[in-house]
Amino acid sequence: MQKNLEFWKRFCRNKGAVVGLLIIVAVILMAIFAPLLYPDSPWKLVQRPFIPPMELDGYWFGTDTLGRDIGAGLVHGARVSLLVGLTSTVVALLIGVTLGAFAGYYGGLVDDGVMRFTELFQTVPNFALAIVLVAIMQPSVESVILAIGIVSWPPVARLVRGEFLSLRSREFVQASMVLGQSNARIILTQILPNTLSPVIVMTSLMVATAILLESALSFLGLGDPDVMSWGYMIGAARTVLRQAWWMSFFPGVMILLTVLALNLVGEGLNDAMNPRLARKSR
Amino acid sequence: MGKLSFIARRLVKGVFVLLAIVILNFLLIRLAPGDPAQVMAGEAGAADQEFIQQLQEKFGLNQPLHEQLFIYLKGVLTLDLGWSYRQDEAVATLIFERLPATLLLTGTAFCFALTFGVLLGALAAARVGRWTDSLITVLALVCYATPLFWVALMSILLFSVYLGWLPGFGMFSVGAGYTGLEFVLDVLRHLILPALTLGLFYMAVYTRMTRASMLEVMEMDYVKTARAKGLAPGRITRMHVLRNALLPVITLAGIQAGQMVGGAVLTETVFAWPGIGRLMFDALLQRDYNLLLGVFLVSSAVVVLFNLVTDLVYTFVDPRIEVS
Amino acid sequence: MNNQTSDKTLLSIEDLTVRLPEGADRDNAVENISFQVNRGEILCIVGESGSGKSVTANAIMGLLPRPYVEPVAGRIVFEGRDLLQLPEATLRDLRGSRVGMIFQEPMTALNPVMKIGDQINEVFDAHGKAGRKERKEQVVELLRSVGLPDPESLGDSYPFRLSGGQRQRVMIAMALALEPGVLIADEPTTALDVTTQAQILRLIRKLQDDRDMGVMFITHDFGVVAEVADQVAVMQLGEVVESGPAQEILNNPQHPYTQRLVGSVPRFEPPEARGKLSAETLLSVRSLDKTYVTARGLFTKGRTVQAAKSVSFDIRKGETMGLVGESGSGKSTVGRCIVRLLESNGGEIRFRDEIDLASLKGRGLQPYRKHIQMIFQDPYASLNPRRKVGRIIAEGPMAHGTSQAEAHRRAEELLELVGLDSAVADRYPHEFSGGQRQRIGIARALALDPELLVADEPVSALDVSVQAQVLDLLDDIKQRLNISVLFITHDLRVAAQICERIAVMQLGEIVEYGDTREVFSNPQHPYTRELLAAVPGRNWSIPEVARKAVADQQLQKEVL
Repeated sequence: MQKNLEFWKRFCRNKGAVVGLLIIVAVILMAIFAPLLYPDSPWKLVQRPFIPPMELDGYWFGTDTLGRDIGAGLVHGARVSLLVGLTSTVVALLIGVTLGAFAGYYGGLVDDGVMRFTELFQTVPNFALAIVLVAIMQPSVESVILAIGIVSWPPVARLVRGEFLSLRSREFVQASMVLGQSNARIILTQILPNTLSPVIVMTSLMVATAILLESALSFLGLGDPDVMSWGYMIGAARTVLRQAWWMSFFPGVMILLTVLALNLVGEGLNDAMNPRLARKSR
Repeated sequence: MGKLSFIARRLVKGVFVLLAIVILNFLLIRLAPGDPAQVMAGEAGAADQEFIQQLQEKFGLNQPLHEQLFIYLKGVLTLDLGWSYRQDEAVATLIFERLPATLLLTGTAFCFALTFGVLLGALAAARVGRWTDSLITVLALVCYATPLFWVALMSILLFSVYLGWLPGFGMFSVGAGYTGLEFVLDVLRHLILPALTLGLFYMAVYTRMTRASMLEVMEMDYVKTARAKGLAPGRITRMHVLRNALLPVITLAGIQAGQMVGGAVLTETVFAWPGIGRLMFDALLQRDYNLLLGVFLVSSAVVVLFNLVTDLVYTFVDPRIEVS
Repeated sequence: MNNQTSDKTLLSIEDLTVRLPEGADRDNAVENISFQVNRGEILCIVGESGSGKSVTANAIMGLLPRPYVEPVAGRIVFEGRDLLQLPEATLRDLRGSRVGMIFQEPMTALNPVMKIGDQINEVFDAHGKAGRKERKEQVVELLRSVGLPDPESLGDSYPFRLSGGQRQRVMIAMALALEPGVLIADEPTTALDVTTQAQILRLIRKLQDDRDMGVMFITHDFGVVAEVADQVAVMQLGEVVESGPAQEILNNPQHPYTQRLVGSVPRFEPPEARGKLSAETLLSVRSLDKTYVTARGLFTKGRTVQAAKSVSFDIRKGETMGLVGESGSGKSTVGRCIVRLLESNGGEIRFRDEIDLASLKGRGLQPYRKHIQMIFQDPYASLNPRRKVGRIIAEGPMAHGTSQAEAHRRAEELLELVGLDSAVADRYPHEFSGGQRQRIGIARALALDPELLVADEPVSALDVSVQAQVLDLLDDIKQRLNISVLFITHDLRVAAQICERIAVMQLGEIVEYGDTREVFSNPQHPYTRELLAAVPGRNWSIPEVARKAVADQQLQKEVL
């Protein structure tokens, strides 16, 4: 209880983090209540095309080249951004934590093998790999999630491996080995909980990166063709940039705000979880 | 002796990584839905039975997997990356025609990002806690969070459409017929926007990294030693803090210089820059898998090359390399 | 020492107070402290961790992290000027030229990417002394004067090629490059092995003598004080509680705190044998081998290090067997092989003459785990920070099938056995001091009713007064429960106090093995003789008054 309170106090001392958290909450609410705010599908043609923002009541963000409401696109786009950001991060965490834990705990040849494998994935340019993966699997929400997950796990694996490697030789872990606890128990109850804070910090940054990757893929036309997303909106408006700036401007601002907010929250978490380090940088 | 054997080891490792990437590439083709021959033929419409059969024979597609791999490897070794049926040209030819443009773009972006990233990061660390630091930190944070393709579009809008200062399309003015120095200047003018927008994100990465790394090194015992020796603050920062703080930045920069080639897809698409990123986008639009995978393979190879160069640089800046 | 300055005085601290930032455990790091460093003398500042010794040194050097830690009152007078009033630029001129400083951690105190010669040269550079050519000669001369091998070419090496002792010599060379009047040494030998420590102490003493310097030597170790000090100031919680000539403080301490500190130093001579040793052997190690392979990759052959070479010894029932040696001697490796944290490469570890533990693996080993338990060195790393104390102790029995309720009940009993309240079972480790944590670690080891405890440097990380208490506890438990202890330590004083027999290890081999009194009074192997000769303050016998103070305190505690 008291620990939680202290944690929040430290988190709130970082003003940027609080702002970030507010933005995130707003985006989440937007995603949840999208059907209430804009009951119609964002694909529906509602007005004449090319209406600039603030010109027609009810269409504050204007309409696009086909007459779809940009406001509806922005709100509904939050859903796919968050969905893809979160689930692909979960995929990356599952792969990364598992591989990292094995490599760090067992060391030796297991470690060698896993790390070579990780290096390979780190060497391959990850955006290009994501493109190839989605192109081969055919664009869909699932394939985008899988592709982003596959290209984002190596940093997790490296982090978790490093933590396991150092915790493994920590005396309290050696004590539980001497006590006769099983390997699975030691990994799950002694080491893993102690790697949590850096992993959590990394997670918020990974969600941010995943959202960026998703928008870039959609921009290139590799998003799910049935789902409205911010990246798609920008991509579709690219050819009319000179005539209709707003079509690409607003979705970009949404991406920027969401990603920035996640990064800010990540820094706040870092400060709150590693108070000693945080003081240094102040 | 130590350094040489280190480099040799890295070379061997690089070769193995390349081999692994080639195999990965090979597996990716087989992963594609449907008959690989169909995939290779593309949805070119040329997929008549006879043509498919030709392909199957050429790539040994009706032979066991390891035979196929062998044929594929032989192809790669002789720089035969397959045929783009869409563009009716060898994939390798298409790629190597476009590679210089990409290297020019990413090279410029990289130099810009590294120079300014390190400068800003060092400045922020030296003024930690003051407004300069806050300003740089916020700037880096925003650049880090901005989608690359969107900055590119917005910069075209601002500098090209509204202000008319810089061209926002292509690599040179078509039909102007510039030669010599004029041509070079023309290319440079076309280069500015794409290079800056591509470099911005990476600059943010280096700024954050340099700042964090310098703050960490400032806490080290040897910095205290330097102060106890009575050295001036400027000298301590240059000789003791910066030199050590840049080691991790170099490692990161090496990895990313290569990664940039992959990231160039977005920039080149937006600016119609005739490099391999643009080529990849075209391949994507036409579902030209041979070309797509070819570009992927070459850009991976470029990353491996850059990593090797980084290792080489590292041997000169870190004397401990021999023991690690 | 009288608090009057004389013409011998080089550096004088007068009523210095240094404020700590808000939220620290006390207001001031040091409060109203005064002492002098005289020409041609070594002043030892002695105190336990947190006494404010290092803050004092940093205040003199102007190296405090101001404004968080700020001198708020008093003067630091050096060569007629108050250092606290000097502008930073003038202070910088003095640092390294008139006042030199060396630190505790030689491994990290040198810039890893700069040649040693260049690092020394920087001192000349910064203070604008000597031309290029002379400098080169001076660097060689300096390196020679601190006894480094091959001084002509050493300047071109990087620090990673040097051992800890050699790096400390480089640090000394650097600090003395411009012949400062005062050298401040902040625990300069604490991180070093005992034989290296003896050499560095001799070197500092000699250089101080040759150059007629004043030295301010910070240490926690009264043995070191006995070895080098002319004057002593004892610090406790930011205050100087007693100061004076070394002979006075060492042999006739007045302040109760000094008496307690001096009295807690383990005596160098082993006590008389207590009763007869059992003849029954509990564990016998026979030709144990352990080889480490370092940095082995897929394509490179690793270097091998033989950490244990054909090690053989016995542990009898109910005895404390000491395994002593310097770092890298392989003593910890042997301990870890016995508790099977490490796989040995050869030899036998016979338990109760019936089973070879070295041949067991995985499930087969499990039932035997509980007979041999371990106590670790670092009280801050040996308890899982995310688990409650009761749970930490109960985990062992639970892994061997005891029910949770039973295990927790037992944990509370054990907490009382090691001198803690059973109610603390619900707290987290970070709420305890180092000594208390070590008690919890002992309780955890006892929870499985082991027959053998392997204690790996269990008191090395503790302050000397706490050290004595934990040693007493271990000894007491051993007697009461009749268990055997393998006591691994680098500290011969501690070994003398607690071990019935000892084995001396050097470079993976046991070079001498026998009754502790025998080994101490009549060492056979040259290395044993060297080790014994290196123990700081071995000729100093701890005064009775101090012993009595500790005993009285103990008595008081028991009555309360």
